[in-house]
Amino acid sequence: MRIPPAMESICVLLPILMSPYLEQELEKRFNLLKLWTAPHKTQFIKDHAASIRAIVGNASAGADAELIDSLPKLEIVASYSVGIDKVDLKYCKEKGVRVTNTPDVLTDDVADIAIGLTLAVMRRLCESGRYVRSGLWKKGDFKLTTKFTGQTVGILGLGRIGKAVARRAEAFSCPIAYSSRTEKPELKYKYYPTVVELASKCDVLVVACALTEETRYIINREVIDALGPKGVLINIGRGHHIDEPELLSALLEGRSGGAGLDVYQNEPEVPEQLFGLENVVLLPHAGSDTTETCNAMADLVIGNLEAHFLNKPLLTPVV
Amino acid sequence: MNQSSIMACSKHHLPELLVIHNPYSVFTRFESDFSIKFHILKAWESPLPLDQFLTTHARSVRSMFSYFNFTQVNADLLRLLPALELVVTPTVGVNHIDLTECRRRGISVANAGAAYSEDVADCAVGLFIDVHRRLSAADRYIRQRLWGIGTPDDRRNYPLTGRKLGGKRVGIVGLGSIGYEVAKRLEAFGCSISYNSRREKPCVSYPFYSDVCELAANNDSLIICCALTDQTHHLINKQVLSALGREGVIVNVGRGAVIDEKELVRCLVHGEIRGAGLDVFEDEPHVPKVLFGLDNVVLSPHIAAFTPESFQTVSDVMVANLEAFFSDQPLLTSFIDD
Repeated sequence: MRIPPAMESICVLLPILMSPYLEQELEKRFNLLKLWTAPHKTQFIKDHAASIRAIVGNASAGADAELIDSLPKLEIVASYSVGIDKVDLKYCKEKGVRVTNTPDVLTDDVADIAIGLTLAVMRRLCESGRYVRSGLWKKGDFKLTTKFTGQTVGILGLGRIGKAVARRAEAFSCPIAYSSRTEKPELKYKYYPTVVELASKCDVLVVACALTEETRYIINREVIDALGPKGVLINIGRGHHIDEPELLSALLEGRSGGAGLDVYQNEPEVPEQLFGLENVVLLPHAGSDTTETCNAMADLVIGNLEAHFLNKPLLTPVV
Repeated sequence: MNQSSIMACSKHHLPELLVIHNPYSVFTRFESDFSIKFHILKAWESPLPLDQFLTTHARSVRSMFSYFNFTQVNADLLRLLPALELVVTPTVGVNHIDLTECRRRGISVANAGAAYSEDVADCAVGLFIDVHRRLSAADRYIRQRLWGIGTPDDRRNYPLTGRKLGGKRVGIVGLGSIGYEVAKRLEAFGCSISYNSRREKPCVSYPFYSDVCELAANNDSLIICCALTDQTHHLINKQVLSALGREGVIVNVGRGAVIDEKELVRCLVHGEIRGAGLDVFEDEPHVPKVLFGLDNVVLSPHIAAFTPESFQTVSDVMVANLEAFFSDQPLLTSFIDD
């Protein structure tokens, strides 16, 4: 990428480590302040408060009102993620702070993971891999697993990622149902106004919506019960979409058919009771974690920052 | 009809079906479906050695159930079954049956047809995604409590970053029923499909490569969906793997021996291909132990067809073939080696 001139004095705060490529490209262009290297983070922020003009956030590090207030020169929050639930959007709008995210470039990867998790749970790919690696196959055959083709896939949130999941599931002859803020009649999928109804009518429920006040803990006991003892829950949204203790007890008590999880309430903590379950597949928030997509996301973050500081239109503004 | 077959019919009223080896564990449902309609001659229950049992009890048997690799239907066996006219197998693969010898003796073979193509294709796609996105390895990473430990620099060195599926070129080796179902699914992930098969398929729009080496050279991944025959034994050899290259991924849901397993293992250990998803092996259930420690290898114990639906469909297909045979109707899934 061509580097525009004279931005080395602009202070950009990088709260946590995200990707080596992103870090390297930010360092080439800006005065990059790496918060995670500081022994005392609060002091570090205080020391640089007067000069920080941009924050690069991600799924776990955003900008709340307190942080925004402590940085009087803050102009832009560029998130290395599409979900920006950790950014106080209302407050940013009030204070005139711009916000950008990374839509589209990661849509396919995240949708791929949703189907990958579904197949891994239903066909027991990880469990049967353990069966081989532990030598058990020599003692006898593995058991039968659950067919995926033709199962009804319910999608919560039919945005870019939700639609991409639907397209993939259709190739497996899966009927598609969904629940969304608004019905989309142009799509020939079955719409349900509530998540509970959606859960009661599908075999696999994929969480693909944004995390907002309305969708916090939207997957609760009622939904989990409606999905049923054979239903499979796939979470590629945010950990806080699901009432994690409720899901855990449903899985441990056999009231759920299984779960494929990429996100958790308190990453990187994963409830260890899940480790003994064969109908659960666990990923470390890897939905967009491919070499190609990480680079594309980083390029988009850089592109948005450069556009802002060159007074050009932002590439992917949220606010 | 000779004397012994008249006796057999009058004793049992049901047509006879010879089963040599016990279809144990997950396959017990076959026995219950079959015993309602056929009198099953259970060779494994007899104290007699097999050849004696067959000479004594199976001289007039016209049909037999071949249970996977345990029942090799070869010339030695067929010599002991002079009245045999039909072999039914619950697999789509017929590499455990001597087709030449069957043809010579006028014995028909009925296989599983397309009974489990969908499930095998689902598994192939699952393995494909798993290898590219390191799903099984990442699941192990979490269960080994490795996520989030150490310094921030350790997180930077997360070793399991995957490769995007979209835009990848996938070469299907064997575009039969299973290969076709795999292709249809992978297209939805943005992959472009080409194939190698014994013959080009006129109704298919995917590019055809007559040479599997050329297929490998022009693709990022190979998915093996073909039958095991004399021609396809070790089809995927050193030359093909080299043509596939360092970034190449291979998935096998066909038969282990289509791939030169020793050579594949060597390539994986030395990083000469990017990864593999394997449901089948040359000497099942033995799997080269050196593969167990590799995060770029996904292993499954020949389970691609292991769903209740597939097993029921296969059972239904075999029963339907046997019923057709015994009422002089054409077979539903007669295997014709063309």
